[in-house]
Amino acid sequence: MVPTSFYIFLAALLFTIGAVAVLFRRNTLVIYMAVELMLNAANLAFVAFARQFEALDGQLFVFFVMTVAAAEVAVGLALIVTIFRTKHSVDIDAMHELKG
Amino acid sequence: MAFMTLFIITGAVAVAAALGLLFARNAVYAALFLVLNMFALAVLYLMLGAPFIAMVQITVYAGAIMVLFLFVIMLLGAEQLKEDGGPIAWQRPLALVLGVALLLEVTYFVFAALGTGVRLLPPPEGFGDPHAVGLTLFQQYLLPFEVTSVLLLVAMVGAIVLVKNGRARAASSSEAGEQ
Repeated sequence: MVPTSFYIFLAALLFTIGAVAVLFRRNTLVIYMAVELMLNAANLAFVAFARQFEALDGQLFVFFVMTVAAAEVAVGLALIVTIFRTKHSVDIDAMHELKG
Repeated sequence: MAFMTLFIITGAVAVAAALGLLFARNAVYAALFLVLNMFALAVLYLMLGAPFIAMVQITVYAGAIMVLFLFVIMLLGAEQLKEDGGPIAWQRPLALVLGVALLLEVTYFVFAALGTGVRLLPPPEGFGDPHAVGLTLFQQYLLPFEVTSVLLLVAMVGAIVLVKNGRARAASSSEAGEQ
């Protein structure tokens, strides 16, 4: 069997790659996907701990995280589409002022 | 031992796909790398005794959410974007240093707190199958489940309102431009 710490380490690695991608990339959609990657890494940690403590609560939290992520993606992509209509760009540097 | 081999292969696929997301020039490729990453995570969920979560991961995340992403990328025609350093020159080196620092910190604390001890107990019978998950979801977590449905409704209405208003504003501004 694989120790739980290995799974948590993998989750940490994926989370770090996601965080660096948020800071590296300029495309808003890719930044958004990197946020999804970080959510997935947190989910992996949840499931790993659920396995270690043999409690289903961790898996149910993953279920709720997925639902919230779906809602977040729907609203976030609608925001990006709306911003694209006024700025005609998905470059993160185009969104440096609050006035639309 | 077989589990360890499977973990190493799947973990390598997950990390490689995440790095692909980080370095892909094309946003569509980045989205497909993320789908690969989610499939790898679903395999890891199966290894961790969470078959229900693994299937939900594939259908909801890799299926619904990523299709929405791909749809918006192609709708906006935003596949390619000039990826220069941006206005702040020291941002990327700093991001790399901070990322490595975060990884080292978390690695230290994970292995200090959990160690590498192998827990050999198999999971109890039926752990993580849809029956057990459903019982817990609709007994212990009934209220959060109902709140989730309200959240999804609000998100749906919000997305429609945002896009609808944007269209009305764009139409009125183009009319103003014509006059």
